[in-house]
Amino acid sequence: MAKLTKEEVKHVAHLARLAITEEEAEKFADQLGKITDFAEQLNELDTTNVEPTSHVFPIANVLREDVAGEGLPREKMMLNVKEQEAGQVKVPSILE
Amino acid sequence: MNFETVIGLEVHVELKTNSKIFSSSPNHFGAEPNTNTSVIDLGYPGVLPVLNKNVVDFAMKASLALNMEIEQETKFDRKNYFYPDNPKAYQISQFDKPIGKNGWIEIEIPAKGETPGYKKKIGITRLHMEEDAGKLTHADGYSLVDFNRQGTPLVEIVSEPDIRTPDEAYAYLEKLKAIIQYTGVSDCKMEEGSLRCDANVSLRPYGQEEFGTKAELKNLNSFNFVRRGLEHEEIRQAQVLMSGGVIEQETRRFDEKTGKTILMRVKEGTDDYRYFPEPDLVRLSISDEWVERVKNSIPELPDARKARYESELGLTAYDASVLVINKDISDFFDATVAAGADAKLAANWLMGDISAYLNAEGKELKDTALTPENLAGMVKLITDGTISSKIAKKVFTELVTNGGDAAKIVKEKGLVQISDPEVIRGFVTTVLDNDTKSVEDFKAGKDRAIKALLGQIMKASKGQANPQLTNEILLEEINKR
Repeated sequence: MAKLTKEEVKHVAHLARLAITEEEAEKFADQLGKITDFAEQLNELDTTNVEPTSHVFPIANVLREDVAGEGLPREKMMLNVKEQEAGQVKVPSILE
Repeated sequence: MNFETVIGLEVHVELKTNSKIFSSSPNHFGAEPNTNTSVIDLGYPGVLPVLNKNVVDFAMKASLALNMEIEQETKFDRKNYFYPDNPKAYQISQFDKPIGKNGWIEIEIPAKGETPGYKKKIGITRLHMEEDAGKLTHADGYSLVDFNRQGTPLVEIVSEPDIRTPDEAYAYLEKLKAIIQYTGVSDCKMEEGSLRCDANVSLRPYGQEEFGTKAELKNLNSFNFVRRGLEHEEIRQAQVLMSGGVIEQETRRFDEKTGKTILMRVKEGTDDYRYFPEPDLVRLSISDEWVERVKNSIPELPDARKARYESELGLTAYDASVLVINKDISDFFDATVAAGADAKLAANWLMGDISAYLNAEGKELKDTALTPENLAGMVKLITDGTISSKIAKKVFTELVTNGGDAAKIVKEKGLVQISDPEVIRGFVTTVLDNDTKSVEDFKAGKDRAIKALLGQIMKASKGQANPQLTNEILLEEINKR
């Protein structure tokens, strides 16, 4: 079974915005490889005639009517916000 | 070497529902920042999204109006990305089973000088439902986020790479916008962000089947910017290729000030979004009856309306297409004709003076005091000869600013056209007596002198003399001298 490459680990870490060291990349490549190997066992099953499943419950069409309620009061919404300005959430610059 | 341009457009349209796609927070533009959110929009732990039924109706309505097939067994998928405009770190979208597929619209490119006009079908690959993200405003060294838009229902409409020129791209967008507006599922206002467009553009040598590497253009905030951005990109890519360079797959931003495109970032591949079926939503199964019900709710669309204007109202193909491309104008025209106005005259006013007024004032019809009823009243006065077209301009100014009844304005301001030949003859003889120079010029063969005389007569009558009658009487009188 193929273990993950260090590059793959770094790529996934970057997508998750995680900073990892070379040593960690090495270690995680091994650990994550074991996890993916474990999941790979599912490929041994013959699923030729099985429809792809997107949800385990056999139900469809859970819908709500288009009725608008009240928005969350801004003071409440801001309780979990670190920094704010003019009613907006302040975040680090993301355009160079 | 000559290159062929290949363009595909991705258009996002915000749906005009009452509430958000997965929560009951209000969905309307222009609210105070961060007042239209809910714990679902903000992605709090443990909350569950529930799909808004109207979003499905609207997405189907748009799909069917764009000649698409409906995917009746469908689902939502999770698109993962980190960006401060989305506190959930994923967007709920549709990946491999968009609700609409395989559609098309027909565009019409008008003749340009020697080049003849033509019609062309542009394929539409897919239409899928998804949620919008918050709005970012960039300040110096930081950004501000307003989450009101988070969870606003969107449909993304992806065209086939069938578009070959910036003009075709413009025509496609105008037609798409008109069709969506007619269905009533969105306002399609680019200035409010309820219609947004990204363009994919690449070049290939004529005759080559394979597509060249494409660049994606963003920040195209008007249809004109789309056209200009594409025009610039055609030249840029051709220059790179001609000098032996390679086009990188990248995202470029259109700069409104310079009209150029600027590199934003090299494009991440689609795999990086790690799509998977959205576990918080169950699948969607759309019955034939549901599709049929939505199909029956689609109103008259632009092409059908254009055909009606030509066959029933006798408008030219050009006038009909200009009117129908703007739903507000077209609806107003229909109502004006229904109120008894002559169709051709009403069309001329809407495409001429009224459009010019709206453009100059930066207004929409609903911001003015003009109504189909009072416009019809004015048109009727022109048709029955009560006022001349020239006087009508004065009446129009009054109607569009203060409203009211055209006949009443004409009466109160004494603007009724003078059609009594003897009264006109009075103006004519006075002017001819006073301006013997012009009379002599005319006798000496200078036809232009007639214009000068006519101008003086109209002025003397305060513009109220019937122009045709005045012309006849003037010729009659001048020939007597």
